[in-house]
Amino acid sequence: MDGAGSTVAVHAARPDLLAFATRHRATLAAVAVLVFPALLPFKAVAADVLVYGLFALGFNLVYGYLGLLSFGHAALFGGGAYACGIVFTRFGVPWWAAVGAGVAGGAVIAAVIGALAIRTRGIYFAMVTLALAQCVYYAAYEAEGWTGGENGLRGVDVSAITLGPWHVDFVNPLTRVYVIAAFVVVALFAVSRVLASPFGAAMEAVRENEARARACGFDVRATRWLAFVLSGAVCGLAGALHALTIGIVPVETLTYTTSGLVVMMTLLGGMGTYFGPFIGAAVFLLLENLVSLWTVHWQLVVGLAFIACVLFFPRGVWGTLLAGLRR
Amino acid sequence: MTGDAILRAEGITCRFGRFTALRDVSASFPRGALTAVIGPNGAGKSTFFNILSGSIPPTEGRVVYEGRDLARTPQHRYARLGIAKSFQITTVFPSLSVAECVRVACQALVSRYDIWRPRARLTALDDEAAALLDTVGLWDKRARPAGLLAHGEQRALEIAMALAARPRLLLLDEPTAGMSPEETRAMMQLILRLARERTVVLVEHKMKLVMGISDRVLVLHHGEVLAEGTPADIRGDATVRRVYLGQRDAA
Repeated sequence: MDGAGSTVAVHAARPDLLAFATRHRATLAAVAVLVFPALLPFKAVAADVLVYGLFALGFNLVYGYLGLLSFGHAALFGGGAYACGIVFTRFGVPWWAAVGAGVAGGAVIAAVIGALAIRTRGIYFAMVTLALAQCVYYAAYEAEGWTGGENGLRGVDVSAITLGPWHVDFVNPLTRVYVIAAFVVVALFAVSRVLASPFGAAMEAVRENEARARACGFDVRATRWLAFVLSGAVCGLAGALHALTIGIVPVETLTYTTSGLVVMMTLLGGMGTYFGPFIGAAVFLLLENLVSLWTVHWQLVVGLAFIACVLFFPRGVWGTLLAGLRR
Repeated sequence: MTGDAILRAEGITCRFGRFTALRDVSASFPRGALTAVIGPNGAGKSTFFNILSGSIPPTEGRVVYEGRDLARTPQHRYARLGIAKSFQITTVFPSLSVAECVRVACQALVSRYDIWRPRARLTALDDEAAALLDTVGLWDKRARPAGLLAHGEQRALEIAMALAARPRLLLLDEPTAGMSPEETRAMMQLILRLARERTVVLVEHKMKLVMGISDRVLVLHHGEVLAEGTPADIRGDATVRRVYLGQRDAA
């Protein structure tokens, strides 16, 4: 009797812990984001994890929560980076306004690509988004006067930032990472809020069954479009932070390999989980950095790790962990 | 005896390439009544249902709901006009919980694009969903993922989700398809209860099932209206008997 009683207690305690973690997921994620740069020996990797983690978080809105696989998210990430870089270098706006321009840039490009692509689904959606993203890539490549063409957009140099009475040295790697982390924390709370909103429920309904969602009264296209735009805003923010981190916008941010990268990171971490994409980005970038220390063929090792993950842990690192805790 | 027509089909013709699925079908569905659309396989019942519920446009003719031509009305507006439907193939939200399926269906009426307020604050929806789950007898299963329910339970859940739109007109496409005899009986009881408060149009293959519960019956055959009337009229109709003769499910 006692044994049975304690088993029940154990099983009851676990969902409670999970329920607590779910309720405070944004706070817990924010703590993780603020703590891990201090633990990492390489600050450049920390900045990359934050930027790509945020990128994957935005991508997962469309992939995990809306159920559409986009192969064109480089256009939203790169679009945000270029929007930020262009207004900063050409119009001399303050750095924080340039970040705002990055968010807007990502959202506007998403609004256009989304309007054209949401009519399709499945493999066609992937192909249409890929093709449209390639259009954005070639446009940036050709518009040398604005974008710097194949040399990339140089001169996104922010050496010091002033916030009211505070003067922050942006060249110091650790402060730079924490300025970026501050934006990421804001985005984490915003995304968590969207997912918990009535619209978040509408996204899930559309993902689960389009015909039934429509019969319930949800406009499937409008829901998809709005989710795509929100995803664009988050990815645009990630792009803008990327531009500020490395001081340049390479034209490669717009290539389809960037689109593929975010798909890999999200799958590695766990699609459709709140924090999984972040974990995926961290695992990917840490693997890349560690393996490239001893071999130039790091892509082979990371690729094998990815294949193993997809074959044996289709829910991703984070998704598998969560499923294990729920059991 | 019967009220005005809540829904009218006027001269519906539907062609798929050279094949004509429906030829000049006109019918009216009286408000407050339970009308069954029956017919043997290939009679055009499903096509007729899909046109009535707006899933496919007719080649010719129009569907009029409460005096309004539905030709230009997009699918997602039907719910707000008071039209709900269940599909022949069960459509629920498989990975959401049973309670969340109904809650989100209720939510579709009041909030679709709010990206900021927590949905948990819309507490009225929880009560509404609880009442609907009680109506279809799924309250005990509310925490289960919808995809894990038995077939009959999923169909009941689908009806609860359709009712969330507070429909004045409920369109049901073979709601007992693939059900065991017990599940079928329970579903028929449920439909009868629902029909007390709203207009129901029921498309059904099995004639025997609908005769006892319908107010009116419309018989389709080879894409045309073969007969229309009360169940007693239809039972006595010689042509209907001939069409159903030899069919296992005949009355």
